[in-house]
Amino acid sequence: MKNSKNLALYVLGVVAVLALPIFLQSQGNAWVRIADIALLYVMLSLGLNIVVGYAGLLDLGYVAFFAVGAYLFALMGSSHLSETFPWFKAMFPNGLHTSLLIVVPLALVVAGVLGVMLGAPTLKLRGDYLAIVTLGFGEIIRVFLNNLDQPINITNGPKGITAIDSIKFWGLDLGKAWKFDGFTISSVTLYYYLFLALVIATIIISHRLQISRIGRAWMAIREDEIAAKAMGINTRNMKLLAFGMGASFGGVSGAMFAAFQGFVSPESFSLMESVMIVAMVVLGGIGHLPGVILGAVLLAALPEVLRYVAGPLQALTDGRLDASILRQLFIALAMIIIMLVRPRGLWPSPEHGKTLQRKGVAPGTPVAPGSLQTHAPGIETPADELPGDASRPMSINP
Amino acid sequence: MEILLQQIINGLVLGSMYALIALGYTMVYGIINLINFAHGEVLMVGALTSWTIIGLMQESMPGTPGWLVLIIALIIACVVAATLNFVIEKVAYRPLRNSPKLAPLITAIGMSILLQTLAMIIWKPTNKAYPNLLSTTPIEVGGAVISPTQVMILSVTAFSLVVLMWLVNYTKLGRAMRATAENPRVAALMGIRPDMVISATFIIGAVLAAIAGVMYASNYGIAQHAMGFLPGLKAFTAAVFGGIGNLAGAVVGGILLGLIEAIGSGYIGSITGGVLGSNYSDIFAFIVLIVMLTLRPSGLLGERVADRA
Repeated sequence: MKNSKNLALYVLGVVAVLALPIFLQSQGNAWVRIADIALLYVMLSLGLNIVVGYAGLLDLGYVAFFAVGAYLFALMGSSHLSETFPWFKAMFPNGLHTSLLIVVPLALVVAGVLGVMLGAPTLKLRGDYLAIVTLGFGEIIRVFLNNLDQPINITNGPKGITAIDSIKFWGLDLGKAWKFDGFTISSVTLYYYLFLALVIATIIISHRLQISRIGRAWMAIREDEIAAKAMGINTRNMKLLAFGMGASFGGVSGAMFAAFQGFVSPESFSLMESVMIVAMVVLGGIGHLPGVILGAVLLAALPEVLRYVAGPLQALTDGRLDASILRQLFIALAMIIIMLVRPRGLWPSPEHGKTLQRKGVAPGTPVAPGSLQTHAPGIETPADELPGDASRPMSINP
Repeated sequence: MEILLQQIINGLVLGSMYALIALGYTMVYGIINLINFAHGEVLMVGALTSWTIIGLMQESMPGTPGWLVLIIALIIACVVAATLNFVIEKVAYRPLRNSPKLAPLITAIGMSILLQTLAMIIWKPTNKAYPNLLSTTPIEVGGAVISPTQVMILSVTAFSLVVLMWLVNYTKLGRAMRATAENPRVAALMGIRPDMVISATFIIGAVLAAIAGVMYASNYGIAQHAMGFLPGLKAFTAAVFGGIGNLAGAVVGGILLGLIEAIGSGYIGSITGGVLGSNYSDIFAFIVLIVMLTLRPSGLLGERVADRA
């Protein structure tokens, strides 16, 4: 009975997700665009969830990998390079325009390698130090993107790269609407299905990872790195793997973003973006796939939907409040209130601490201190758990 | 040589501002292990408040000497910022004291956005010219110049640091703060009220941030709603650089970071033959930080802390 009910809900959900763009299309393509962007954010959040949620490594510079993927696609899919470099023009008269089937794996690999490169020096660092280093890394990437128009113009600086190819594969062009007799599928809807396919792939990969040996190893590292090491887990390689895998998802979504927008500039990759992605993961429920998806959809779609709410409100306050300011206000309030009401996220993982219980122990019994029941993943227990153990000196005397 | 001296002066000025902000980060972190993301916004509120007060005073009492106006504005800005930070801690961080650690981080981020938005609503999202209240005749020091504003920044910072040291090392409150940072539970058993100490820490941090905000605005002659972000980020970097939770580390880290940034942006053009310009100045901080932390994972003066703190 319960199973059939679940199945029915499941089928209903699948149908709803598939039919959503068709429905939104009738309301206007702007709505489908919102859904597309939300899907991209879902992908990004799932990628970050591998790093933060599974391995417990707080990464505040995640948008760097997004940027790398986007710029990679932009350079390979626009005529920017052949316009700036004569020798390049000699080789490829109209620019590269590489096929998607090459660019996506390339973005995955390049971002993954970058992720490992970032991870390598930070292996020894504890949580907060790691956060600031990754944040710095993100900023470094952004500054370079912003300034690499001198002396050799690679990224076109603050102006960004325009006229990027839309996605084409097997002779289909997603940049143009498809017309059947009397029925049009707009370009954004096509992108929706592509992104949906990618998101589903990401979800499957994430889920399989989570229940695999690798996922278990990450979880062990998140809970207690020293113990994990003692049990023979190669913590170094596992951490690097987490960084690399998380980054590669970011790279792929970046490439998709570039194709979807047709334009990239450093402005899209500010620290605020990174912070937003972290917020999506944590708001939804860290380390829990449905939660992360919920958080991403909520935070990505909320600002856009608020556009429509903010308008009337603006009229009420006779134009004193700008619509964009109001949107920001709502987002900030939503973040604060959700966290105050549900500190573990909107849809937290129900299995918190379960993995740490031996078989035969009834659920609901207290788990070991420092387990997930009391603390978020990857976070050490507070200093007062073990008296005298926390020695974070606060002295002015050198 | 003159360039070097000039950049050292600029670096010291910049670094002393970073040090002031970094202290707020490091004190809060030392006591409740939270990266207070909204700290940069407290600086911004302090700066904008002082800008409003200066504007009001120049209208109502045009004859007042500049330094007096600045001091009054500074005091009012400190009071406003302290109140604000006290409220923030009460509303956004205290209820989450025992929840997963990332939750307060998200509320802190939310707070930061909220404060910026409120500042846009109250002060309009425009750049405001911050009046120069001191004389503008620069002082010559061995071939380099230093403006009265910069002298003021250095002296105010030194004064603030001395007061803070006295407060932490020689008062009852300071002892309570150190005890709470060491171990909140035992401190509570000894009759210290951790909640009160935490509030006091936030208030002190806010006062330092507001001072830094007024200095920052005076130095660059501009104030706006997003001004707190970058100095906040770099000051946090400075706090980590020096070893987070360590007050001396925050000061050393801040000043070193300021020097590195100023000297780096002064020389990068000539070193790389004009390939990289001073527009890369923002990344020095981060590159140095990454190199430094790779060599010494717990910061300059930070102690080695076991993984299971």
